[in-house]
Amino acid sequence: MNYPKKFGVIVVGGGHAGTEAALASARMGVETLLVTQNIETLGQMSCNPAIGGIGKSHLVKEVDALGGAMALAADHAGIHFRVLNARKGPAVRATRAQADRHLYKNAIRGVLENQQNLHIFQQSVDDLIVEGEAVRGVVTASGIEFESETVVLTVGTFLGGIIHVGLDKSAGGRAGDAPANRLAERLREMPFKVARLKTGTPPRIDGKTVNFEGLDEQAGDSPRPVMSHMGSRKIHPAQVSCFITHTNARTHELIRSGLDRSPLFTGEIDGVGPRYCPSIEDKVVRFSDKDSHQIFIEPEGLNTRELYPNGISTSLPFDVQMELVRSIKGFENAHITRPGYAIEYDFFEPRDLKSSLETIHLNGLYFAGQINGTTGYEEAAAQGLIAGLNAARQSTEQAPWCPGRDQAYIGVLIDDLITMGTKEPYRMFTSRAEYRLILRQDNADRRLTEAGRAMGLVGDQRWHRFEEKLSLINARKAQLEDHWCHPGDVEIETLVGKALGREYNLANLLKRPNVSVENLIEKAGYVWPDEEVNEQIEIDLKYEGYISRQQEEIDRLKSEEGMVIPTVLDYGVINGLSNEVRQKLIDVQPETIGQASRISGVTPAAVSLLMVHIKKSKHLRASQKSA
Amino acid sequence: MAHGSKDTIAAIATPAGKGGIGVVRVSGPLVAEIAVKVLGKLPKPRVATFSTFSDSDGQNIDHGLGLYFPAPHSFTGEDVLELQGHGGPIVIDLLLQRTLELGARIANPGEFSLRAFLNDKIDLTQAEAIADLINSSSKQAAKGAINSLQGEFSARVNALDKKVVGLRLFIEAAIDFPEEEIDFLQNDRIGQSIKEIQEGLNACLGQTRQGAVLNDGISLVLAGKPNAGKSSLMNALCGKDTAIVTDHAGTTRDVLTEKIQMDGIPINLFDTAGLRETDNPVEKEGVKRALEETGRADIVLLLVDVSDCREAWRDEVNDLLSIIEGQGTVVVLLNKTDLLEQPLSEKHTHVATDSNWSVLQISAKTREGILELKTTIKQIVGYVDTSEGVVLARRRHIHALEKASEAVERGRVQLATYMAGELLAEELKIAHESLCEITGEFSSDDLLGEIFSSFCIGK
Repeated sequence: MNYPKKFGVIVVGGGHAGTEAALASARMGVETLLVTQNIETLGQMSCNPAIGGIGKSHLVKEVDALGGAMALAADHAGIHFRVLNARKGPAVRATRAQADRHLYKNAIRGVLENQQNLHIFQQSVDDLIVEGEAVRGVVTASGIEFESETVVLTVGTFLGGIIHVGLDKSAGGRAGDAPANRLAERLREMPFKVARLKTGTPPRIDGKTVNFEGLDEQAGDSPRPVMSHMGSRKIHPAQVSCFITHTNARTHELIRSGLDRSPLFTGEIDGVGPRYCPSIEDKVVRFSDKDSHQIFIEPEGLNTRELYPNGISTSLPFDVQMELVRSIKGFENAHITRPGYAIEYDFFEPRDLKSSLETIHLNGLYFAGQINGTTGYEEAAAQGLIAGLNAARQSTEQAPWCPGRDQAYIGVLIDDLITMGTKEPYRMFTSRAEYRLILRQDNADRRLTEAGRAMGLVGDQRWHRFEEKLSLINARKAQLEDHWCHPGDVEIETLVGKALGREYNLANLLKRPNVSVENLIEKAGYVWPDEEVNEQIEIDLKYEGYISRQQEEIDRLKSEEGMVIPTVLDYGVINGLSNEVRQKLIDVQPETIGQASRISGVTPAAVSLLMVHIKKSKHLRASQKSA
Repeated sequence: MAHGSKDTIAAIATPAGKGGIGVVRVSGPLVAEIAVKVLGKLPKPRVATFSTFSDSDGQNIDHGLGLYFPAPHSFTGEDVLELQGHGGPIVIDLLLQRTLELGARIANPGEFSLRAFLNDKIDLTQAEAIADLINSSSKQAAKGAINSLQGEFSARVNALDKKVVGLRLFIEAAIDFPEEEIDFLQNDRIGQSIKEIQEGLNACLGQTRQGAVLNDGISLVLAGKPNAGKSSLMNALCGKDTAIVTDHAGTTRDVLTEKIQMDGIPINLFDTAGLRETDNPVEKEGVKRALEETGRADIVLLLVDVSDCREAWRDEVNDLLSIIEGQGTVVVLLNKTDLLEQPLSEKHTHVATDSNWSVLQISAKTREGILELKTTIKQIVGYVDTSEGVVLARRRHIHALEKASEAVERGRVQLATYMAGELLAEELKIAHESLCEITGEFSSDDLLGEIFSSFCIGK
């Protein structure tokens, strides 16, 4: 049957990408349908129970700055918060929350159900409705046809999934979801390039059977960080500790003896796994000189005893898993509740996407999340948000939007994907960003909220809070600049650590090493309780020189970023390009000269030739039109 | 639509080593500022203004004409400054260096024309010509870079690059994987690595500033029998400007080193004596060593008295080649053509195209063929009719090393004074990017690859 209502946007899949996509579209006032196989699994954390981390909390806070749900859900569900890189400077600082799975799911479900314009429907999607080169809707398993001119697919690892435990393998998406269907076939009919990846999980352990005595306990940080710009410590649930243990020589021996039954080493698995998250058998083989590896024991929730031993992801046979787990300190009598496994799956070449995350092969079809070769909840959420907002913009005939590499980690993520593609599950790291000092987790709102507001993604409450914060920052900065300290001011001189040679204002003094904003304002007699505002002032002033240098660099490259390459460019007719460069340009189909120059192997001379060609053909078209 | 470039580019706009005048052209928003700093004032638009060109200490580099073309009435459509000096390649290079100090960057091959084209200063029908220009000058630039990147210099830069990658991967790993027990702030190794990198940069820069092609000149080995006419050739090459800078015995008694100038290009002339008695094993060894010590013998001129041996010159050349084989590009000079009734015919001077040497007929006495010889020499070392020869390539490399050096020093201070590891990381990234202008592309993903193969990352 045809569903009587036509939607502006249909989102398929209810994971982290799907929920942010549907929410973004609905927030923008577009009638949105979220189709999921199972409403009960909306917002499910299928891997480790943590949100954030280096590079990742940057993404979470950017999604938050654009009105997304993830950060606030993490605040509602976080049972252990830490600031990573606390001593290494604000630009590389990150926040991580261990989350209670149930609380997290509940928080996301609550947001979804209360979102205006959002409709949820439970059934698997079997097919796309396609008309010419455009998508027109989806068909569900029972034959219901939903109409929409934009569809966002966030279907995770459902394509060609194979789960490995030892030499046993079974077809499957996550935990028994039916993997293949008509939708997969339909996608394979289209000219998408498909490649294979692999990832894995550790065995889960029953906390009742773990001996915590003698293990390193790691409590959350105090003061406790908050994830969302709209969050607060008050909404955090009860807090618990994590623990740390290590593998040992005996563990490694057991692993080595099981390698002949490891699908990774017998050639059963050909998908490429992430270099940064190898299985324990990989670590033992590749770094054979290390006789111990760290394991973080993460609680799965407040009302469950299940534990997630992060660091021993494995696809060894279950009997080896049991032995190796029990060789580890604290786990001597541990009971495994779920075996670890490796999963191989297909993903689509992300270089076939535009920066809006619309595919180049089918008008109105958007991809977000693991289907694009990424890993991680945060990376998925970021893409979901961008795909959702762009689908909504397309449905209302507005131009696509994606932040630049100089604006957000989201921009770095998407530009990397569509320009370089990926050979392993793509994860964010701060070293991927060229403008790390500008793209900080603490200023995500200052970088994005205004753009989000203009697009209708940011509600009144968030906007007013942001505006207040901004005006407070400016007012207090001005106050610091107007407050002069004179030589002989003992309080201040003690703080600075030496005598003042002349008059300085407080803003100058704050730039000195060892002078923190809290100490300075206290000595100067101000009572400014807003931590976030004080933090912004301190970072702005201390990084001033570096920030303006990066800003100059950004401005310098702006003209290239702004030079748009026509979508119908025939690279074959550009004289002087080498075949290699030409093929790379054809593969990536860069949208701007800036993006073209970032393709590895594309030389400055090739970029110049491209600019000459574009200018010439633009002129030709213009003269043809006038003729 | 104006292209609206944000950065200012500079390059040598005249063929290097031609003598006469040399022109440095600058285009972009910083032009007016650079003009004032170099010339002391902004010249009247489009009026050739005689002035001294001063360096950062106010010392004169040269004097000549300054021409200022404000946008849009200029070659590129942007503000353009042209500095026309008298000096040879070195002075012109100093002038270029001065504009770089003041914020310009070295133009990419064909970039002035590209900007002119993008700003509608060049007819659109010329698009193909511009494309050809970009292509050919890129190739020349690549060649120049290869010439600049030879021998010890290249080895040093690569060693430096490795050190910088080593340090960066450690620091970036500590930042991106804080739970992997890689704590660089507590590690003495960092200070030591920074020191080693700085020493390496200084060594490289020291070498490029005084040791290499530019200031030390082209290494030219003159070989031939005593009566082949070497001194007249020397005079012919130097012309009236002969400037003998040093005159001392070389490292072995068989080699004499002299510094001369040819059209303003400094040349180190290694005059190998006594090649006649090549059967003497001791002497043979001595000559060999001398040649090895020169290391960068860019060119070997094999001088043969053609009036003496006539068509049989090949035998003599083969004798000589057996000694100097593998020591740079060989040019065989058939000298004293004035003593022949007529020059040797094509048939007698023909050299197979795959041969690694070429032949010229000259007369050092009447100066016949000297012009061709000079052109050949300049071509071989990259001082050809292009602004993208070795001079510019080397200047690019020096500039990159200097940027790297400044960044590393700033990073060192950030770590020492503020314990600001993330700012050290930032400066090292800048230093590394500068080095990559010499050594080639290195992406953030390459860096992650280095991290994952060096540390067992795995949470």
